[in-house]
Amino acid sequence: MRIAGKGLIDRDTPVHFRFDGVAHQGFAGDTLASALLAQGVRLMGRSFKYHRPRGVLTAGSEEPNALVTVGQGAHADPNVRATVQEIYDGLEAHPQNAWPSLRYDLLSLNDLAAPFLSAGFYYKTFMWPRAFWEKLYEPVIRRAAGLGALSGQPDPDAYEKAYAFCDLLVIGAGPAGLMAALTAAEAGADVILCDEDTRSGGRLLAEDEEVDGQPGHAWAQALTDRLRAMPNVRVMRRTTVTGVYDQGTYGALERVGQHLPHRASLPRACFWRIVAKRAVLASGAIERPVAFPNNDRPGIMTAGAVRAYLNRWGVAPGRRVVVFGNNDDAHRTARDLVAAGVHVAALVDSRHEAQASDAYPVHAGAVLCNTQGRLGLESVTIRTAKGEERIAADTLAMSGGWNPSLHLTCHMNGRPVWRDDIAAFVPKPDMVPGLIPAGACHGAFSTHACLEEGRAAALRALSELGMTAKDVPLAEAEDAPVSLRPLWQVLGKGRAWLDFQNDVTAKDVALAAQENFCSVEHMKRYTTQGMAPDQGKNSNVAALAVLADATGRSIPETGTTTFRPPYTPVAIAAMGAGAEGKGFAPERKTTSHAATVERGAPMIEAGLWYRPSYFPDPGESHWRQSCDREVRMVRESVGICDVSTLGKIDVQGPDAGRFLDLVYTNMMSTVKPGRVRYGLMLREDGHVMDDGTAARLSEGQYLITTTTAAAGQVMAHLDFVAQGLRPDLDVRLASVTEQWAQFAVAGPQSRALLDGLLDAPLDPEAWPFMACGPVKVMGIAARLFRISFSGEHAYEIAVPARYGDSLFRLLVARAEALGGGPYGMEALNVLRIEKGFITHAEIHGRTTAFDIGMDRMVSAKKDCIGKVMADRPGLKGPEREQLVGLRPVGESKEMTAGAHLFEPGTEPVRVNAQGYVTSVGFSPTLGTMLALGFLRNGRARHGERVKLKDHLRQVETLCEVCDPVFFDPDGGRLRG
Amino acid sequence: MRIRCPICGDRDLREFTYKGDAVALNRPGPEAAAQAWDDYLHLRRNPAGATRELWYHGGGCGAWIVVTRDTVTHEILGAVLAEEAEA
Ligand SMILES: [Zn+2]
Repeated sequence: MRIAGKGLIDRDTPVHFRFDGVAHQGFAGDTLASALLAQGVRLMGRSFKYHRPRGVLTAGSEEPNALVTVGQGAHADPNVRATVQEIYDGLEAHPQNAWPSLRYDLLSLNDLAAPFLSAGFYYKTFMWPRAFWEKLYEPVIRRAAGLGALSGQPDPDAYEKAYAFCDLLVIGAGPAGLMAALTAAEAGADVILCDEDTRSGGRLLAEDEEVDGQPGHAWAQALTDRLRAMPNVRVMRRTTVTGVYDQGTYGALERVGQHLPHRASLPRACFWRIVAKRAVLASGAIERPVAFPNNDRPGIMTAGAVRAYLNRWGVAPGRRVVVFGNNDDAHRTARDLVAAGVHVAALVDSRHEAQASDAYPVHAGAVLCNTQGRLGLESVTIRTAKGEERIAADTLAMSGGWNPSLHLTCHMNGRPVWRDDIAAFVPKPDMVPGLIPAGACHGAFSTHACLEEGRAAALRALSELGMTAKDVPLAEAEDAPVSLRPLWQVLGKGRAWLDFQNDVTAKDVALAAQENFCSVEHMKRYTTQGMAPDQGKNSNVAALAVLADATGRSIPETGTTTFRPPYTPVAIAAMGAGAEGKGFAPERKTTSHAATVERGAPMIEAGLWYRPSYFPDPGESHWRQSCDREVRMVRESVGICDVSTLGKIDVQGPDAGRFLDLVYTNMMSTVKPGRVRYGLMLREDGHVMDDGTAARLSEGQYLITTTTAAAGQVMAHLDFVAQGLRPDLDVRLASVTEQWAQFAVAGPQSRALLDGLLDAPLDPEAWPFMACGPVKVMGIAARLFRISFSGEHAYEIAVPARYGDSLFRLLVARAEALGGGPYGMEALNVLRIEKGFITHAEIHGRTTAFDIGMDRMVSAKKDCIGKVMADRPGLKGPEREQLVGLRPVGESKEMTAGAHLFEPGTEPVRVNAQGYVTSVGFSPTLGTMLALGFLRNGRARHGERVKLKDHLRQVETLCEVCDPVFFDPDGGRLRG
Repeated sequence: MRIRCPICGDRDLREFTYKGDAVALNRPGPEAAAQAWDDYLHLRRNPAGATRELWYHGGGCGAWIVVTRDTVTHEILGAVLAEEAEA
């Protein structure tokens, strides 16, 4: 219930929301947890494994129990911590892991089966029989033990990513962070101040204390306003720094729209990558629970959380509170409660020297040893020197001391050190280069010490950055010493929970030790302690202490905890923002794209490029009809195809020829200007990298082409050879793929088509096969290459890309006038299969020049990349699978790429495999299916028969092995 | 991670691609022994500490860069153009 006049909420702004189907009202400034507590709702979830009723334990992002699903359908966001989720009008939140309802959860039967589900149960109970694991145990366990469920639909929400740079990143806007930010900002440094909360102040928001003579939260607000007004400061609220990476890079998640009613235009979250020259970690500390029997009932909270709900949100979590602790914070809690008019039934202090009070009964040297209540706390049992005693209470505030939030300091493998005086781990210096911890995360717990450390950290950062600091005075603040006596667990009957989120008890940890899982890492894996979404924030140190106790070692001897990014859960959608859909695979379009789409051509992806599959004519209902027509068109008249996607590299310089001799297997330095040569490139390991043409445009300039797929790889390779292997050669390379639009004009009518188009007709004598040179189209300088990938008399004409669209339309119109037209990838593929021309289906990375029958293209007169290694034993000879043509000769005519080849009489199993099929197509020219493939010793086996077998598609076809050049083997059409 | 390209300055990792150890710069001659070629092509040290490796600034200026990097701390100790690197 609310306490009049208390808290930082806006009582003039009521907010309406629903939880578990029930309408509730809270106020602006409330979290879901504070609003529900104010309404008397204590039961907020069911535990992971045993489905025990659970309420809120904390008031921060470390919350292990109160996980809810916000939103519905595809928008549903599971595992949202109720302690972080701000309420807004129309918020719909649902409990998780309960069926059929939160109050009557049938799966809580798991709790009765607990003896079978103890630590390591995965490994023991369900080992046998094996088949039962997959079919029975695992599905059942997965359904019963789980967190919130994903919708199973694509996430329709928007996310963003952003980058920022600064001199100093300050992580946390409590007293230490604010002081660090102010000190650095006053010195003129560029400062980013991040805090995961909705407002600055850190613990000051939760405590009833003064700084500089004003309430702590007011001091923090005033200082934040001052920082915001400075041009060199960026204050980022609702922003959690989640990870530390190399070179001062920090990942941070900003909640942009998660606290507001859903709007499609508003991103839910933004993932920041912040690069900071220095950083101050001022992330505070997390209070730790004590492991005593049945310490997990709704109504049991950390003492600091009780003070936070009381002081920040004006919520009394109950009517009768028992406080239990081993340190002075327990007393602070009791004092705050009494001052707010809440009845404190008892303060139970494990220390014998605990001070008495007039305001509430103090039990010194006593412990909590049990609790009672089914869906919420009803009473507690305390153990004193006199024996056990039951006290009625609906709320228990417990404090086992504080753990510095040093997680980020561990993200680069650093290990913290143990400090006995505060019974906690603290960061060592320089665990992360450039990251300076200050305040509570560094073990400095008083407000005064936090202010002082924050200022000192900023001063250190400034001096390392060579910046001059101004004198920034420290505010007046409390400086109480830490008084604590370690208390990790209270033994007794009943389960004492350590890891609330993963349902791990002190007994589980002891059992792990008993079964010799004594290393922390083994214990964690055996018990799953620390592996839940809270990543052990609430339980790691206590579990380590219990393990130390069970193994008779000290805590530092037992080990430290390991923390990895992210500090709090980050949606993959936020990390990958902008990289889904077209952000992941951008579209590259050729200049003929619009004209192609206008003609109704279906587009297919070729890498990032989009190319036409075929150009359907009216009346064609199947792609094969279009493809067959386009192939015949090229063979009989003329076809136009956009080939701009092939890589084009301009190679210039006096040594261009020598350079190309090194990267191609064949001689390129002897190509005469105005001529083109086909070339093969190897990788240094002797396998084929790519093929293409080298056109010598002039003495010192070549234009080489690569396949579409390998354009990037070849460019990087050539740059490597030029810069890394032969920097002595005077040669320069530039990719000009996108600068030129290039079209194939292929077929017997190709010259006729060009003759009317070019500014001067082609002289057949000057333009033999493999000629190249400059031409003009309507006054525009263009390049013409007489090359062919179809086996026909053909040209490729290139113009600056800005003319591509109009040239394509012109070419197509002229082709149509000659009985031809455009053709797509399907026809292009059939045309080249008929001619036995290879693509990356054949040069797939495991084939050599020998395999594809181009061994003669490796020049004996010179060295080239890959030449030495291509001569290795095993890369040449009859044992190699060699390129062959295949055509069906039996009943079945079906051929599929990817099928394997066998001797006709053998069983089609792996050991009998003789090769495989790489490309198939129906040849309208020859009226049959054709295939290219690799067959062991294939060149010596032309005329033999092999069995094509596709086990996946159930195809079996008897084939004849033949030369891969099916059509016009002597190339008369090409040259004619 | 950022690499200081000698031509472009500090640039983000995503502009670069990695090739491997800078030993790739020491290409043996065509007459070298099989062992030398085998070492060149296949044999790589895997040091815990400083290592010289090749990165390509393909998303930038197209320079191949020899980056000296500590595999333990990920610290980048230097970056020079492959053209100018000592083999
Ligand atoms: Zn560069």
